[in-house]
Amino acid sequence: MSFEPVLQVKDVSKAFGGVQALKDVSFDVHEGEIFGIIGPNGSGKTTLINCITGFIKMDSGKVTFRGRDISRQAPHKIAAMGVTRTFQIMRPYYTLPAYKNLIIPLFSPRARKAGGWRGGGKLGDRDTVCIDILEEIGFERDSFVPYKLASTLPTGYLKRLELARCLALRPEIILCDEVFSGLSMSEIASMVPLIERLQMDGITLIMIEHRLRELFRVSKRVMVLNFGEKLSEGIPEEVMADEEVKRAYLGSEEVEESV
Amino acid sequence: MQNAGLRMIEDRRKERLDRGIKVTTEGIYAISSWQEMGYLLLPRLVLICGILALPLVIPSLYWQRVISIVCIYSLLALGFDFLAHFVGLVSLGGAFFIGTGGYIAAILNTSFGLPPILTIPIATIAGGAICTLLLYPCLPLRGVYFAIVTLMYPLVMARIIEALDVLGGTDGIIGVASFPNRWIEQYGLLLIVIVSLFGLRRLVNEDIGLVFRGVKDNDQAVKASALSINFYKSIAVFIASSLGCLAGAYLAHIYMWSGISQFALDFSIIPIAATVIGGGGTLVGPILGCFILVPISELLRAFGTLRIVFYSLILVAFIVFRSEGIMVYAERKYHQFERWVKV
Repeated sequence: MSFEPVLQVKDVSKAFGGVQALKDVSFDVHEGEIFGIIGPNGSGKTTLINCITGFIKMDSGKVTFRGRDISRQAPHKIAAMGVTRTFQIMRPYYTLPAYKNLIIPLFSPRARKAGGWRGGGKLGDRDTVCIDILEEIGFERDSFVPYKLASTLPTGYLKRLELARCLALRPEIILCDEVFSGLSMSEIASMVPLIERLQMDGITLIMIEHRLRELFRVSKRVMVLNFGEKLSEGIPEEVMADEEVKRAYLGSEEVEESV
Repeated sequence: MQNAGLRMIEDRRKERLDRGIKVTTEGIYAISSWQEMGYLLLPRLVLICGILALPLVIPSLYWQRVISIVCIYSLLALGFDFLAHFVGLVSLGGAFFIGTGGYIAAILNTSFGLPPILTIPIATIAGGAICTLLLYPCLPLRGVYFAIVTLMYPLVMARIIEALDVLGGTDGIIGVASFPNRWIEQYGLLLIVIVSLFGLRRLVNEDIGLVFRGVKDNDQAVKASALSINFYKSIAVFIASSLGCLAGAYLAHIYMWSGISQFALDFSIIPIAATVIGGGGTLVGPILGCFILVPISELLRAFGTLRIVFYSLILVAFIVFRSEGIMVYAERKYHQFERWVKV
């Protein structure tokens, strides 16, 4: 872990009309770590990802990626630097087969510069690259699954397709918006090693999660958001021991459990 | 015996099957025999030969001129279908494209003395660039909002020329050179339509075509894929407006004149009607639609002012009975065969 943080978020604020969705949120993410962001529903987690990746313009604050200010950049430029994201509500190209979904990110200048795909090369060449990426992310290579229309794929594969789109860009950071949600326990069990492998490949991950147990298996440092404000940050055990966090976050869960 | 026969009929049902030639994925065909190749080539050959034979089988000069006008509308309809169904931009700018192309060609020809062989390509490229540049600020708009703004351009252009009395004012630019002979005029245009049609069909299935479709279906994911939405939208608008300007330049040389009526809204509306009856998203359909609508409109001239009533009735009939469009229906039927099977 280097000393210089790879992504630095400083005092990011965003208001939608009268609702303060984010208020002076700051945190650092270091090279190669898995950084967790947790918090109750509506605490501003997805808004934070949208602000970092440029999908929403932040009102104030600064985001620095490897020393470069990316806080006012267009989303495609941020993605072209290697700061990629997944969507909580999956956004595949439903009318295309799964593997063809990857042709679009592979068409981007970043992916073409990174090589791997010669671009417009021989027939079948780029399809192989697509299928290679899909296999890496857990699609069975010799099955029909990579060739099925995205609209016919189950949630588990669509979540993987989201990650595959990021991988096609050879990302440095992936911001995962709830990759575990909506998956069965066995699907999550196969997703966890995948996340660990991405980390071993040198990709920095920022994960928004509601599935705390699974998140804490991979993430060594988490941050808690509540009503757009940062409550605490640290190793999972410390954070969950915090009284304020318990009240804001786990409090509601205990109520649910007792009901 | 009669009863038994009746039961036989009752116990059968019609079965529809897709032909096996369309295999697992869209776009990959298993071509292994001449029958299968013929099956794929036949519709394309019929279309190409049919279009190329038109000037030969139609004797009257009047109807040959109608064919040229059909081709002008076909190019616009092709551009409209491409923008609407593959990029998600509903453009009513057909008249704007025609007018821009027409005026550029006319100016180049009358003021600089360039022959049609040069004015048409220059008008295509320059006109496409001008239209794209002017439409660029509207690209973030979606759906009907983009449509309304693009409709504004031809109206504004006509008013500007009228009010400022520039570019020949209401008289237009007269004395534009015509083509050396009608065969060059006709076959040039027919070949342009065929090349544009097959070129666009190829383009939408290439990688950049997938990006265009991505922009239409899911622009957020395209942004997340490190691709600029506006860049690809402007490329698409350039392609469509170049087709329109090409048609406009050709029109100016056919009529030997360029004027305000080239900004008439017919050029914006008829391509849409043609796309509706021909079948959107097929690219061939809109051309077919033009080949039906424009001649009908000519035939109905005999009815004078009642023309528009009959025209509307025909349009409504198409929409009620074949709302999916002729080409969509025909394609489905071609890839299916029906047979009676015993239940």
